Amino acid sequence: MSEPQKTKISVRHLDFFYGSNKALIDINLEIPENQVTAFIGPSGCGKSTLLRVFNRMYSLYPGQRATGEVLLDGEDILAPGMDVNMLRAKIGMVFQKPTPFPMSIYDNIAFGIKLYEKLRKVEMDERVEQALRHAALWEEVKDKLKTSGLGLSGGQQQRLCIARAVAVKPEVILLDEPTSALDPIATLKIEELVSELRNQFTILIVTHNMQQAARVSDYTAFMYMGEMVEFDSTHQLFTNPGKKQTEDYITGRYG
Amino acid sequence: MDDTRDAELEMRMVAVPSPAVPSRISPARSRRLHAMDRRFRWLTGGLAFLVLLLLVGVALSLFLRGWEAFHHFGFAFFWSDAWDPVTENFGALVPIYGTLVSSLTALLIAVPISFGIALFISELAPEWLRQPIGSAIELLAGIPSIIFGMWGLFVFAPVLGSAEPWLNDHLGALPGIGALFRGPPMGIGMLTAGIILAIMVIPFISAIMRDVFLVVPAMLKESAYGLGATTWEVARHVVLPYTRTAVVGGVFLGLGRALGETMAVTFVIGNAHDLHISLLDAGNSIAAALANEFAEAFSPMYKSALMALGFILFIITFVVLVLAKLMLWRLGQGQGKVGL
Amino acid sequence: MNTAKNARYLRRRFWNVFNLGMAMATTLFGLFWLVWILWTTLSYGATALNMELFTGDTPAPGSIGGLRNAFVGSLLMIGVAVMIGTPVGILAGTYLAEFAQGSRLAAVIRFFNDILLSAPSIVIGLFIYAVVVVPMGSFSGLAGALSLAILLLPVVLRTTDEMLGMVPGTMREAALALGAPHWKMIVQVSYRAARSGILTGVLLAVARISGETAPLLFTALSNQFFSTNLDKPIANVPVVIFQFAMSPYPEWQHLAWAGALIAAMAVLVLSLVSRFLIKDRSPR
Repeated sequence: MSEPQKTKISVRHLDFFYGSNKALIDINLEIPENQVTAFIGPSGCGKSTLLRVFNRMYSLYPGQRATGEVLLDGEDILAPGMDVNMLRAKIGMVFQKPTPFPMSIYDNIAFGIKLYEKLRKVEMDERVEQALRHAALWEEVKDKLKTSGLGLSGGQQQRLCIARAVAVKPEVILLDEPTSALDPIATLKIEELVSELRNQFTILIVTHNMQQAARVSDYTAFMYMGEMVEFDSTHQLFTNPGKKQTEDYITGRYG
Repeated sequence: MDDTRDAELEMRMVAVPSPAVPSRISPARSRRLHAMDRRFRWLTGGLAFLVLLLLVGVALSLFLRGWEAFHHFGFAFFWSDAWDPVTENFGALVPIYGTLVSSLTALLIAVPISFGIALFISELAPEWLRQPIGSAIELLAGIPSIIFGMWGLFVFAPVLGSAEPWLNDHLGALPGIGALFRGPPMGIGMLTAGIILAIMVIPFISAIMRDVFLVVPAMLKESAYGLGATTWEVARHVVLPYTRTAVVGGVFLGLGRALGETMAVTFVIGNAHDLHISLLDAGNSIAAALANEFAEAFSPMYKSALMALGFILFIITFVVLVLAKLMLWRLGQGQGKVGL
Repeated sequence: MNTAKNARYLRRRFWNVFNLGMAMATTLFGLFWLVWILWTTLSYGATALNMELFTGDTPAPGSIGGLRNAFVGSLLMIGVAVMIGTPVGILAGTYLAEFAQGSRLAAVIRFFNDILLSAPSIVIGLFIYAVVVVPMGSFSGLAGALSLAILLLPVVLRTTDEMLGMVPGTMREAALALGAPHWKMIVQVSYRAARSGILTGVLLAVARISGETAPLLFTALSNQFFSTNLDKPIANVPVVIFQFAMSPYPEWQHLAWAGALIAAMAVLVLSLVSRFLIKDRSPR
């Protein structure tokens, strides 16, 4: 981790508002490519809000707005002409709770692919299998691809959602507390999965669990009250934090 | 409240035998209060039970009053198109056919429009516009049905009548379904009834659709948006499948309404006891036949035949409404399974 | 991005815009009918409005008159229906919310109450004809009022059940902890807390029955003359509108439109008031 990384996303002077309420204050950040970056901080610190800026999810809701610059490979995604559908093809997202669509396991994966590509049946089968293998789910579901995704266990559902995101071949994957609704064993599987995906995707993970951040990430950002307090390599941040606030948080003095 | 606190006190007193403490309330009074409790419970329970009795009573009384006709005509009553008060020969086919056809016509029009309205209100309209539009559409549901009937007869029928020659020439020329659109261009008939019924059930169906669309978890929709889906794709592939059963339930609720609607239909359906394939021809519905003829039906068999019609209408709507309720109820059940 | 992909994307964008445009169009379409029907009622009805409407009784064909007897008859029947239907509905709703909460019996009654709520009103009229008009040997205002009461009952029952269900359990427990008997707790605490909600339900129910025509056709029938006798057929606005609108006489048709306008206004005002009550209650 000593050699300098290529930057995938740079955030410059980002402010975020819920109505008149300022939730993010002057965030500046360089997120390296094909690495796992974790966002930690007490609840309400703005880490999930920041994540939802990267795929413009907030723009579904009137009254929420972001100002500043967020550059994805040099292109400002906050620019007014930005096509959010194409942006979201490049930036996948997985949520706190598993959200399988009300359709079969196969169709859950095919749904996203069909948005962008017209494939023959054989090719589609291949892509679905590939995505499920990527999410380490293939062996468990290969015999019941036509059954509803709702019939899977919570951990399997969450891996299905990861497979669904991966299938579209995004460049960045956003994970918003992906294990908060799962038991420890399912959590472990997701964490292993993140480690396996780290070299192919730029992964951003929000977590309330510091150990998880320490286990899975290369870089960690610590946020507090809407501000970016400290951003460094995970090793550095956890062993030798540069700020008093960070130290207090990771040693459990608050939050 | 004073007496009751005393009653409590009293009961505690009884537990501790100390005759030296005089009590202000007698044990008899405390017993009386509890007897009141029991009586209140029985009263409310009995009245709640009355709802079930009413439904059974409706079915039973209509069946008994219609028995004479059912018995006399046998099963032929259901498929005979006769309706002759002079010779006392009655059959239910024409009104049943008219009821079903006008209601189904109404659904064909109302369902896509209601879906559009619900989609607009739940997913598209800016926040400040949702409430007013929702209320306006609901207002349509509050207008007394007799006004729909008068408007239909005096205002809408002439307009539709002038468009019907066009329907004759164009849709009527089609093979198969063309038969539905060949007929006298009077503006009165089953098509008119169907259109007015559609306007009447749109508020019900769209309100239910909107309500169930709003139940869809935001996170589920965001997952689809997160893949880059458009608003329409989210509605079509996520919102609609997720709420499918309840949406069908809402449609059935609208159907139940259309089947039993009386006044609006009576004005415009034409009240003709003849069987026609064409939607432009005059027809009859069960409710319209009852409204027009019941008060003037003097022979017992005539009255009984109308009662039998009423019984058939009750059974049809009962089945439709039970199905509707069951489907709407399942949405609540299905939700748990998604784990959201 | 290659061209095949781009074409696919443009097609998706097109269908999105097209379908969302259709959704907007359907909404306008729905509002269009509302405006048209209200406008018709207003323009036809307003020209027929005058003081004679409230002072004269329904006229013979060709002469002038008003709808006084119909208004009085309608108010009378609605009043009796409310007096019968409201207490029954409130008490029955009380059982579901306070005594049978969560039980199977309550679920069954709720289910069938909703069916009764949506049952065709003309069938209710037939029922009252069979069990009241035939035994009494005559159409009567009382029979009309009873059929309206049956239409009102399920609405009141349902709102009472829902509103009592929203009263916090802690409030009940606090009253019971003071040693209040159950019925006293309900009357003095639950009803008080749910009062405006239940009132809203009653208003909605009155709005519903005040435009109802079908069940009155063969229960109350109608009466050309002024009468307040509930034992006999009685004039009422909806049936008079029906008869006059279907008649060939222009004077009668004018009166029908005037009656329709007033019926529509009454329903409108009632639902606006109940809406206002709902709004008024929600912040608490």
